[in-house]
Amino acid sequence: MLTRESVYETLATVMDPEVPVISVVELGIIREVDVVEDRVTVTVTPTYSGCPAMREIEDDIRTALLGAGAHEVTVLMTFAPAWTTDWIGAEAREKLRAYGIAPPGRAEQGGLITLTRRRTAVPCPFCGSSDTRLQSEFGSTACKAIHVCNACRQPFDEFKAI
Amino acid sequence: MSAHVSDHDDTDAPIATAGAATLRVAGTRGPAFAAPLVEYLLRLGDDRLVLGHRLSEWCGHGPILEEDIAMSNMALDLVGHASMFLGLAGEVEGQGRDADALAYLREGVQYRNALLVELPCGDFGFTMVRQFLFDAYSVLLLDALAGCGQPAVAALAAKSLKEDKYHLRHSSEWVVRLGDGTAESHSRVQQSVDELWRYTGELFEHDVIDDAVAADGIAIDRAALFSRWESMVRDVMQRATLTIPDGAVMASGGRRGRHTEYLGHLLTVMQSVARAHPGATW
Repeated sequence: MLTRESVYETLATVMDPEVPVISVVELGIIREVDVVEDRVTVTVTPTYSGCPAMREIEDDIRTALLGAGAHEVTVLMTFAPAWTTDWIGAEAREKLRAYGIAPPGRAEQGGLITLTRRRTAVPCPFCGSSDTRLQSEFGSTACKAIHVCNACRQPFDEFKAI
Repeated sequence: MSAHVSDHDDTDAPIATAGAATLRVAGTRGPAFAAPLVEYLLRLGDDRLVLGHRLSEWCGHGPILEEDIAMSNMALDLVGHASMFLGLAGEVEGQGRDADALAYLREGVQYRNALLVELPCGDFGFTMVRQFLFDAYSVLLLDALAGCGQPAVAALAAKSLKEDKYHLRHSSEWVVRLGDGTAESHSRVQQSVDELWRYTGELFEHDVIDDAVAADGIAIDRAALFSRWESMVRDVMQRATLTIPDGAVMASGGRRGRHTEYLGHLLTVMQSVARAHPGATW
């Protein structure tokens, strides 16, 4: 018998394909779950607009829920409110750090951009040093920036705040 | 395979027949305009699709690895935004066309992007100056649209805005770095500014479509948008020690489907797979 809680438990096993240590629930992209008997509707919001992993995430959600006994799974997409990394909880941030990805800082609220903003240094996920420099705000996936640690000389990814 | 091309007919004419699929496009005098909100969404979508495609041309050709990755990331974001706006355009239109159909099966005269975004990439400096001029416009426009009275448009604008802020920071930093860089980089980006400036006026043209979408809750004051844009651009140009040309005669036409020759070449490449294999999925 499927319940909202059991669906969430199943979704907690569906990992982000590009950052396989946090689940789609921890990522904050599951916006609504609706269960009517064995029919499940999951409303998902995309992370980045062009994220190529979204289609795969949808398929993974469908497969996991069908495997958990759902007879019919509908995945809906919503754009509002827009996804923010502020929805990633403390526990998931720690998992990111342990995986070697610096967790996101707070997303800037409102206001437009200051063109020559100096960002505060992102602590190195490997040695903890704050003596790091930003290499590029665009990294190996849409959600990451590239930094280099001056202390341990290790380049690292940051899950960038948005 | 026989293909029939009509160059004088102003009614819908079949241009190619392949098996059961017949592509129909409007005649050479240009297609009838769609409902104002659809036109408006096509403009938003097409700007981003065409610029995203231009940026993607740098993939594998960037001057340094980080920049190659950055431009590919920005291209991906822009194509993502285009897919959302075109998807909504198709829904509002209600004729069963999705984002792919709109992107891959329209002719150049049916595209509504500004001329600025279809120009060839030129050198890296030209690409970044164009990107900066567009990003500054896009961030300000999306910020205004995020607060408009059309909920679906506001949602897509708010979503795209977050990513565009990263683009604007990136492109503005490059304009400063190149303008206030070596004599060579300065002279090349100054030339880019001189060439590109004439394509900026079109971004702020207010026309009947802007008037008409007020009924949908979208009322953007393009004059106010321009003054905010101009002060942002002047600030960056000043830091970059670059000069904005005086009295440029502005080029326009893209919003009505009158494009430079470059768009056709771009679409030929972008649409080649979809045209060669109609209905293919993978």
